[in-house]
Amino acid sequence: MSVVRIPPTLRAETNGEREVLADGETVRDLLDDLTARFPGLRGQLEYANVYVGGEDIRTRDGYDTAVGTTDTVILLPAMAGG
Amino acid sequence: MSSYRDFLRETKGQIDEIDVARARELYDGDAPPLFLDVREREEWDEGHLPGAMHIPRGWLESRIEQSAPDRAQPIVVYCAFGSRSAFAARTLEELGYQDVASLAGGINDWKRHGFPLEVPAGPLSSEQRTRYSRHLLIPEVGEEGQQRLLQSRMLLVGAGGLGSPAALYLAAAGVGTIGIIDADVVDETNLQRQIVHSTATLGEPKVQSAARALRELNPDVTVKTFQEQLTSENVERILAEGWDVIVDGADNFPTRYLVNDAAVFHDIPLVHGSIFRFEGQATVFKPHEGPCYRCLFPQPPPPELAPSCAEGGVLGVLPGVIGSLQANEAIKLALELGEPLIGRLLLFDAQTTAFTEVALRRDPDCPVCGEHPTITEYVDYVEFCNPVRA
Repeated sequence: MSVVRIPPTLRAETNGEREVLADGETVRDLLDDLTARFPGLRGQLEYANVYVGGEDIRTRDGYDTAVGTTDTVILLPAMAGG
Repeated sequence: MSSYRDFLRETKGQIDEIDVARARELYDGDAPPLFLDVREREEWDEGHLPGAMHIPRGWLESRIEQSAPDRAQPIVVYCAFGSRSAFAARTLEELGYQDVASLAGGINDWKRHGFPLEVPAGPLSSEQRTRYSRHLLIPEVGEEGQQRLLQSRMLLVGAGGLGSPAALYLAAAGVGTIGIIDADVVDETNLQRQIVHSTATLGEPKVQSAARALRELNPDVTVKTFQEQLTSENVERILAEGWDVIVDGADNFPTRYLVNDAAVFHDIPLVHGSIFRFEGQATVFKPHEGPCYRCLFPQPPPPELAPSCAEGGVLGVLPGVIGSLQANEAIKLALELGEPLIGRLLLFDAQTTAFTEVALRRDPDCPVCGEHPTITEYVDYVEFCNPVRA
């Protein structure tokens, strides 16, 4: 299980939790598991950047990027507020 | 008892001297030595070797260790003609500096050869010397850095949560020209976090309220106000005033994408900050050196997934943290010091008081800053951010 950080805009779908656990050896599997646990997230993750171990998955293997159990996965959508 | 002349001759016999031709070779070399100017401030202000360090002779012993801690660092000391620097060189050797030379003929000979000279924009006034004394004491800032700040021009997009602390700190630091663009007026809901405004300025245009606060804080600052929303139509006029750094404290996506594209087109570093509830982000987009906003977020989320602070709220102190970080980055960019947040996105969570950093990379396919840009002029940013979906 890896720790996934949920951005404030999506916490309504995770019962207010800032961090949740999800299972998966790749980002794709992990996000599938995450949306299975929190169905409200379905369709809401496509606008979030995903970072594994502090690196943007777009600069690694995209949704095929491997996730270790010690990795923290950060979901990060753009925020406009200023 | 020896005369001054004897003492000088004796001292010169104990130290290494180099002539200006050799000094110029060293100056142009791959590993130039530290050039140390030991003259008085007034002399320094009339012109000095570019990149030289200034420690007046009388302060040499007490300040050199802090400014040049490495005793093996090669140093060329100079004064006006080479006498004071000879005594200074001997003092440095007594302090353990191993590779010290005095410039024979001094800066006067250097000048006579037409070699490079840096003349400060005009010395700081005694009031400025007092006002900025805590900057002047920092070796990395000093008088030259302060002069740079006084000559720098920074544009703040938004005089709201982020723009308030950024504007105050930049004005306090002596950033010479601060531009502020904002179309709004101050209302009661702003005052929980927008600390550049006050109860007394309720109902006033934000640019006017902010400009007054900045002028009261620091009369050295020229404030240029633009009471309008930044758009594709006015952005070129506003940028034509010439800005060294743009600080993005906007509150909506269309403005953020517009500011990004403008910064890339004009090659101006953009200090980004954004906030929501307890969490904030800050980074520096330096065109063509690091990623831009579009490399980070190619598309804004649809409005229903990106509530604004007006819809979702924000902890009042959060923009204080993020806006101050933006001011810090802007000052570092102006002074060319430290390691700006280029290619690094700093995330702050006020609930856990934790900073997290993630790496950002340039997208070679970025439509604005990539290898084959497809966006080379301003687009309709409202349409871009709210596309009509089938």
